[in-house]
Amino acid sequence: MANDNKNSRRKFLDKGIKFGLITALGGIGLSKIPSKLDAKPKNLSGDKMELMTTDGTLIQVDSSEVIEVAHSEDHDKKYNVREGIPNRKFVMVIDLAKCKNALKCVSACNKHHYITGENAWLKVHKMQESKDTAPYWMPRTCMHCDQPACVAVCPVDATFKRRDGLVLIDNERCIGCRFCMAACPYSIRVFNWSEPNQGEIKMTMDHDGHSSPDYAGLPSVKGTPDKCDFCPHTIKNGELPHCVTACPNGVFYFGDKYEDTVTNGDETLRFSKLLVDKAGYRLMEGLGTEPSVYYLPPVNRLVDFKDGLENYKKFESVETPE
Amino acid sequence: MKNYKTLLDDLIPRKFDRRGTVWTTFLVVVMVIGIIAYIDQVIKGQVVTNMRDYALWGIYISNFVFFVATSFVGSVTVAILRLTNNSWRTPLVRIAEIISLACIVMAGLTIMIDMGRPDRLLNLFIHARLQSPITWDVIIVPTYIALSFLLLYFPLLPDLSILKKHFREKSPFLSKCYGILALNWTGSKFQKALQEKSIKIIALMIIPVGITLQSIDAWLFSTTYRIGWDSTNMGAYFISGAFVAGVGALVSVVYVVRKVRGLENYITEFHFDKLGKFLVLACLTYLYFNINEYLIPEFTAPKEESIHLNALVSGEYSGLFWFAQIVGLILPLIILLFRKGRKPLPMFIVGLMVVVGSWWKRYIIVTPTLLHPFLPIEGVPESWHHYFPSMHEWLITAATLAMAMFIITVLVRYLPIVPIQKTAEEKGLLETNKDIEL
Repeated sequence: MANDNKNSRRKFLDKGIKFGLITALGGIGLSKIPSKLDAKPKNLSGDKMELMTTDGTLIQVDSSEVIEVAHSEDHDKKYNVREGIPNRKFVMVIDLAKCKNALKCVSACNKHHYITGENAWLKVHKMQESKDTAPYWMPRTCMHCDQPACVAVCPVDATFKRRDGLVLIDNERCIGCRFCMAACPYSIRVFNWSEPNQGEIKMTMDHDGHSSPDYAGLPSVKGTPDKCDFCPHTIKNGELPHCVTACPNGVFYFGDKYEDTVTNGDETLRFSKLLVDKAGYRLMEGLGTEPSVYYLPPVNRLVDFKDGLENYKKFESVETPE
Repeated sequence: MKNYKTLLDDLIPRKFDRRGTVWTTFLVVVMVIGIIAYIDQVIKGQVVTNMRDYALWGIYISNFVFFVATSFVGSVTVAILRLTNNSWRTPLVRIAEIISLACIVMAGLTIMIDMGRPDRLLNLFIHARLQSPITWDVIIVPTYIALSFLLLYFPLLPDLSILKKHFREKSPFLSKCYGILALNWTGSKFQKALQEKSIKIIALMIIPVGITLQSIDAWLFSTTYRIGWDSTNMGAYFISGAFVAGVGALVSVVYVVRKVRGLENYITEFHFDKLGKFLVLACLTYLYFNINEYLIPEFTAPKEESIHLNALVSGEYSGLFWFAQIVGLILPLIILLFRKGRKPLPMFIVGLMVVVGSWWKRYIIVTPTLLHPFLPIEGVPESWHHYFPSMHEWLITAATLAMAMFIITVLVRYLPIVPIQKTAEEKGLLETNKDIEL
């Protein structure tokens, strides 16, 4: 008896589920019908309008049929911080032959990003591959990888890759797990271990409508990471990032890969030719992270490596305010 | 009749004696201090820890990994021994289930302590992205908590019903609680079949889930490009490490419970002997993966990796590294190979060595790697080049360990720590005492 009961219940459930599914499908189908019917012209106004097609022929269309194309509405003006600037692919080229550790890039970056922590976003490393090879100075920004390790591991899509190549952080969404920092092979990320204390700066930014995420991660937020952002606030206005303009030696070139041009402010060069001519390379190419930052090897240097040693500080990258 | 009565007297939960009260008070004090430290951390930010941009994870993470590892004991001892019909497990399984549940619950809590923005916890669900190993953790940890709970709870049902009867006069309130938890257990054939089947399904499920849990824990590390983490060995290495940590914790707790509750007749030297052999198996497996992880890479290690390995073997971390390897693995292995080493007291000491060694082993897995990045550590204060936990971190971590032991203590206090009904059944006491059981 008990067994029978169980069986009939199972049957009932089984049928019920099937019936439910059919009903749901039917419902969806029915709901589509009116919209299909709607598509037919109901009442033509009789007014004809002359229009030109994209290939140049003139055609006549009933004026009631004419609808404004939806996406044309400030397509270029509207700036979506997660999508980026349309049809762009930003790249940077760093010419190691020119760098003499002037550190102007670092101080400009610190100033314009209101960095209050003890670890700068942009740093210049003192490098030497082996004891027999020449030492050189290597500025290091975020690589804005095309296969970013940080984006892959983020559990909440707080760090994201834009169509224009930038990797940015939504610090209003970030949960502060620091997995992105662990994942980054270039160790470029810095964390706000305490309240950033950007003070008045934060207020001005709020006032200008710069507050994150529209300002791409600025101002900094306690318990979330920051990193070099390729200055979306300047490139949005057609200007160069702060490190590029600040460098007295023209080390940094910035540009658009699709336009195939990069510029350091003084000279504008063909990006692909520059890489071929000067044997450009990327950091840790073997990892497959596909960085957007290219390096030109430190050859034919006009500057002495030792000159840079004056500015070299092993334990400081952000000047502490007096 | 008399036999069953003694059994019941021996196994029924008992009030704390003075030692128990002192112990519990101690745990509560440690927990309260830790909670205060945590509140301070939330207010000031994680600047109160010694974690910085390079050592970006610290003992919160290694402690989390330790808890996850220890929780594996539920899968290995309970489920595997059940499915392989090893009947010596009976007096040990409940303790294993309790440790497992306490540890996995604490693992879930510990990982939240590490979050920079605990207020945004819900983002993990709202904006979840499936390709992040953290999301895998968000899925697997609650699953394992649920399964561990059920694996503890279902076998408890008959005992809860016995307790309900037992406390009817002595403590009506307790009796009522046990009654509610017993879910109207009558011991009928139908119920028994249902219970048996449910336990079997859970025991079957918890093995793959447990292995997945340990693997995901390993993948948290091996999905990064870091030296020392980016290793295909990680999954198996973590599973075998969890096997060691879990059984080590089990041995230690079993010894204490046996001593405090005077269960010498139920948990005998035979059981310790068996557990000891089990632990040897665990240690040998772990040793194998340790050789794969640390010795073999020495031959072909690229420069960065050999810097890392040298820091472990003979550099800054060599003290901790060899402590974890020798005290946590090699010595236990040697001691347990001898019959005398598998007696209760030596086993207890070995268990403690294994647990402490396992804890520091996780520290050794997490910290040195972070301080050996590919690009040089430059432009940061000198203190950022090293990591040792701050007072806040120690207090909070101590509190999480205390909380795990508190959960274990409370469950030991209120649950029959050795299954009553099952033991009675195995000793053949039940058939003659049916009236008592029902």
